[in-house]
This record gives sequence, C-alpha cells and structure tokens, in this order.
Amino acid sequence: MAEAEFVFTEEQGQLRAAVRKFCAENFDEQSVRTLMESEPPFDPKVWARLGAELGVLGLSVPEADGGVGGTLVDQAVAVEELGASLACGPLFGTVYLTIPALVAASASEARDGLLADLVEGSRTAAFAVPDRAGSLGEVAVTVEGDALTGTVERVVDAGAADVLLVAANGADGVALYAVDASASGVARSPLATLDLTRPQATVELSAAQGLLVAGAGEADRVIEHALQVGSALLAVEQVGAGQHLLDLTVEYAKTRLQFGRPIGSFQAIKHKLADLLVDLEHARSTAYHAVWALTDGSDDPALAVSIAQATASAALARIAADTVQVHGGIGFTWEHQAHLYFKRATTDAALLGSAEEHRSRVAELVLDTAESDRGPRVADGTVA
Amino acid sequence: MSDSERIADLANTVVADHDPKSVPIPEFLGACYDAGLSWVHFPEGQGGLGVSRGLQAVADNILQGAGGPVPLGLNPMGYGMAAPTIREHAQGDDVKKQWLRPLATTEDLWCQLFSEPGAGSDLAGLATTAVPDGDEWVVNGQKVWTSLAHRARWGLLLARTNPDVPKHKGLTYFVIDMHGAGVETRPLRQMTGQAEFNEVYFTDARIPDKHRLGDIGNGWNVAMTTLMNERTALGGSASRRGAGTISEAVTLWASRPARQTPVLRDRLTQLWLRSEAQRLTSERSRASAGIGGPGPEGSIGKLVGAELNQHIYQFCMDFLGPEGILYHGYDSGGRIGERDWQGPIQQRFLRSRANTIEGGTSEVMRNILGERILGLPGDLRADSGMPWKEIPRG
Repeated sequence: MAEAEFVFTEEQGQLRAAVRKFCAENFDEQSVRTLMESEPPFDPKVWARLGAELGVLGLSVPEADGGVGGTLVDQAVAVEELGASLACGPLFGTVYLTIPALVAASASEARDGLLADLVEGSRTAAFAVPDRAGSLGEVAVTVEGDALTGTVERVVDAGAADVLLVAANGADGVALYAVDASASGVARSPLATLDLTRPQATVELSAAQGLLVAGAGEADRVIEHALQVGSALLAVEQVGAGQHLLDLTVEYAKTRLQFGRPIGSFQAIKHKLADLLVDLEHARSTAYHAVWALTDGSDDPALAVSIAQATASAALARIAADTVQVHGGIGFTWEHQAHLYFKRATTDAALLGSAEEHRSRVAELVLDTAESDRGPRVADGTVA
Repeated sequence: MSDSERIADLANTVVADHDPKSVPIPEFLGACYDAGLSWVHFPEGQGGLGVSRGLQAVADNILQGAGGPVPLGLNPMGYGMAAPTIREHAQGDDVKKQWLRPLATTEDLWCQLFSEPGAGSDLAGLATTAVPDGDEWVVNGQKVWTSLAHRARWGLLLARTNPDVPKHKGLTYFVIDMHGAGVETRPLRQMTGQAEFNEVYFTDARIPDKHRLGDIGNGWNVAMTTLMNERTALGGSASRRGAGTISEAVTLWASRPARQTPVLRDRLTQLWLRSEAQRLTSERSRASAGIGGPGPEGSIGKLVGAELNQHIYQFCMDFLGPEGILYHGYDSGGRIGERDWQGPIQQRFLRSRANTIEGGTSEVMRNILGERILGLPGDLRADSGMPWKEIPRG
C-alpha cells in the first residue's frame, strides 16, 4: 500500500539511490552516446541486470506474477532516475506500456510466462497499439482465428523487441494479442528517429500467429489502463530529465563568466531559471499526483493523467529549449549533451498525446461540464 | 497517546466546551490558545504544545470543521507574521504572553510597518529612524502600504538605528503601540477607488526598549522571519481542486455561453491547469515539509499565485468584453470593509495589479528562487559596503 499522497518511504529513498548509482555506472553520457548508435540501441546484458539484479522493470507487478509486489509509486521513483540519465533500453515499450497491460489482464498461460520474462529482463516487448492522445486509437490490424494481419505504424521499441503486444479487430471487437516478433508473418522496418535513444519500427503482420492476452470483453479496459499508466510514467520520466537539465544549466550559469561575472548573476538568466524551477516543480506535482491517483484511486485517473501530461510535456520542452539557450553556442554542438535531452523532450511531448491534446481533454472534462451557479458579480454600471 | 491523538483530543474538548457556532469568536479563539492549539509548535503556555508544526492541520481540521473561524483571515498580520516573529525574538516570556493571547483572540489586531516611500524592493534602505533616549526609543519617519494600521493595536516596525554602517547592519526591529502619541494613520486611496492601506507618520513616537525584538542592529535578520512567513501565508492556496480565483473565471465562463470562443477556451484551460499544478505543488510542499518552518519554497506559491490572479482576472475582462468596462462607481476613497472583498469582477481585476508588487515583487521573488533555491550568485550592488547615509537616494 502506498503512503499518503506525496509522502515517500525510506525504502523508496534507497531505491532512488540504488537506481541513480546504477545509472551513473551504466548510463553515463559516453555510454549513452555509444549505445544509441549501436544495434540494437541498448545493451541487453545491462537491461537484464536492471530486471534480474536491480529488479526495477516491474516494481508494481504482484508477487504472484513474478514481481516484487510494490506500488506504481515505486516504479515511478525508478523511472524518474532512469529518465534523468536517458537510460538506453525499451523502457517505453516494455515497462511503461506492456507490463502494465499484462498486469491488468486476466491470468493465462500466454500472459504469465511473458510477464515473468519481461520483469526478469530476459525478454523485451513493444506495445503495438495505436493511440490517439493517450487513448485507444483506430485499430487497423484484423484477426481471423489467431492470425493477425495489418500494419501498425511507428511502434516505439519494436525493432529489437522479442514480443509485440498487438491490438486487433475481430468479430467481437478489439482484442489484445502477444505476437512473437521473430515468427513468420512478422516484418519490422526500423525508422530513423529524431531521438536516437528512443527507436521506432513499423510493424507489418501477414497472418502472423497471436496468443490471446485480453479478449474483446476486457481489452478496452486493459489498453486504457496501460495507456494511463504509460502516460503517468512518461510524465515522471520527463520530470527526471527536467531535473537533470535544470541542475546542469544552473551549474553552468554559476561557472560561466562573461563581462567578468557569472552569467547566473544576470537577472535575464536568473529569472529564466527561476521560471524553469517553477515549471519543473509543477510537473513533478502533477506527475506524481497521477501516479498516486492510479495507485490508490483517489482521483479520476483520466483527468489526473491528462493534467500531468499537459504539464510535464510543456515543462520539459521549455526546460530543454532554455538549456540550449543558456549554454549558448556550446549548447548547440553535437559534443554537448543538451541536444540529447532536447530530442528526448520533443519525442516525449509527442508520445501518448501532446500537451495540447491533453489540454483539450482537460477542457472537455472541466470546462465543458462547468456550471454557472454562484458566479462572480459583474458590475453593470449601476452606482452602488 | 501520540501527539496527533493528543491534539485531536484537545481540539474536540475545545469544540465541546466552546461551541464556535454560539460563543463569540474571541472566546473561542482564547480557548484554542489556552489549549495550545493556536500554533501547536509554539511552547506550552504561549498558545502551543511544543510539537511538530505539521500537526497544526490536525487541530485546524477539527476546529474549523466544527465551524470555527480561520484566524489568519481575521488577524492576518497577527497570525501570519507577528506571532512567529514574537515567538523567536521577543524579550522574555512575559512580553510574549502579553502580546500573544490578545493576538490569538483577535482582540488586538497587528500591522506591519516596513515599506516606505523611498524603500520598496530595497527594503534595507529604509529611512525611518529610532534614536535611543534612556530606556526608550524615539521614532521619526513615514511608512506606507500598511494594511489595517487604522484598526491595529500593535505594529511591527523596522527602523534605522545606525546610519553610519552599511544599510542591512543599521536596522533594529520593534513593536510599536499604534495608539501611542506621535503615531498618525492616514488612509491611502488606491486604483480601485478605495482605501485598503494606510500611510503611517511617526513624530517623536516612543517605544520602551523591552519592546525591541532581537539585538540592536540585527533588525534585518528578524525581519526575514516575518517576510518568510508572509510569503508562505500569501502563497498558501486553496486545497480543493478548482477552488480559489480560477473558480470565478470558470463560473463566469459557464454563465455566458454566447461569448465563448475556442481561443478563449484554451486560454482558460491553460489557467486552470496552472492553478491545478500550483495547488498540487502546495499540497506536496505541505506533505513533505510539514515539519519544517517556512522556507524559500513559499516564494514559488507567492510568485505563481500573484501572476495567476492577474492572468485570470485579465481573462475575465477579455471574456466579458464591453460588459467588463463598466464599474460600480468610485467612492470618495472610503475605507475598504469586509464586504468589499465580495466586490465585482472589475474591482478584483484592478486590485490584482497589486498582487505582483505587495509582499515582494515578482522580480524579487524570482531573485529569491534563483539565489536561495538554485544557489545562483547575487547581482552586483552599487551600494555594497557603503554606509547607509552615503547611498544615493531618490
């Protein structure tokens, strides 16, 4: 059970420190640069250690399913640190989306074995489910019997995945299948991406065999839950990356001298960084609120997740842009790390719904249902 | 019994013996003080129980849940600024008790005498003087933007006691009797047409030395206690989603469907989201730092709250269009009363212009966030190390 909202336990503090240490050893800037230009763009051995040794790939998976029975708050704490270092690996496809989908699905042979392997880090997965702003989108794949046919465009982490979780339209509606990525009838075309640390591939299925994970009766709920958890964890990742960038930029502003003084002593820089701090703290509050809402049901998860995504996507995009700006010329070079995070910020903002799309959803949920009773008084020119 | 259970017991007893719905407010708040529930982290006998500050919410939930008043609203400078400053810096328990109980009951209102016509953001440059005379101090000068000065019994005064040293080092902090001789309070009319604030003039006003808070020359550090608490009080936002200023804009929006446009809808959504993000940030700050005193984080709430207020009321005016440029009339600069806070949206719009100035301008707030939280270096100062009397003024 999670603590009261925004209260972190001592164990979560230790978890944070352990993940941070692991990232410092395995995902320092040079390692990230090497990995992102490798094929696949991560080290499967390091990924397996994240699962088997550190145990941070399925922290909220129940013990009965091979997890440690923690909460989504635990998972978020780990994701924040992994996001801060741009940890290379299929976090998005496996940890943010597929594992939460499997946890939400009913137990079955297909699900249980896969879930255990994903948590262990011995296999990875991608979530080949089209979304529109973080909700289930138009499903183009069809299923006949257990044979899936159709194309899913731009699936993050699909290129190196062992398993694809595919939404397919059947006679009874949309169902969710696990497809072995190396099976016959599965073709994956890797795509060049803006962010080299977050690869994509287009998946083409031609009568590929699928194992049913969630039938038409529960697939909607399972997919909805996975997309909400994924959106919340993505927001937390944005917080981690944002904190890293703010620390980096503040340090630079303290040490970079121009006109004989640190540039951070100029209000033009200082006030910009103060605004970034506010945006980051807002992102942190909304992201963890969404995590808690999904953990203890204290808030409508759809609204909480959209608030978090709208806030965190905008915050990281601004922090990353101003990181480049405050660093000046060096911040525009390939050599400096700013562009790695700027590209991640741009990518994260577009995944699972942009800030604007989530803002639209908030408007529907909050403004379009607002009532006009007890409105404020408007002076009408009559002298009181 | 845990501290939390003990506080709950005491609060339930106060409510049972002094039903806030039937007894006068000073009696109810006096009972809270005597039970140690005014500020639970204060010492026993001074309105507290000597327990963690974070437990205040346990008491407040019960006392206010039973219909008790929000004392910060009744005696804002008393509860928000004077009490913590008195607790930390007043000379001896007798003086503390003399001030704290009537403050807590709201029988004695308090005001803050810091800003001057020549010292706003650069508060440490202030020019009101206090000169020692036996075991008293003689005060001369002018303060401005003093809310409640006309109703206050006591004032928190920052005055210059040594003009020959750099500005921060020559200040001393006092409590002055607002009813004493040589203290004159005049209303100051503001852009809404009303007089919410005052100017206060001192002409040979006298203060006993035992009403000095902190050491001579240490007034700046004492004032920081007051200001940090002020910013926390100003930044504390509503804890219910959609409450506060944003609720006015949302209900106004819903009341005039014919004026709704997609562009305005998005603008209002952005304001709603920022209000919500700040509300959650206040909740998080309360949850994680309940034990600590006010810190620089309070500056986030103050900065965001002030700018949001302005943006929300500006939205309301733009949404209203031609309807918004009417007013309910400018009176002759009368005192603002409790009911004026229920004033029409146009008045609130005008009033919100002060939000980014009062209690520390937004520019100063950003300096505080940059320097105290992020640790960025301070700006160059033209008056650094200069004796106060040599600093150019104008």
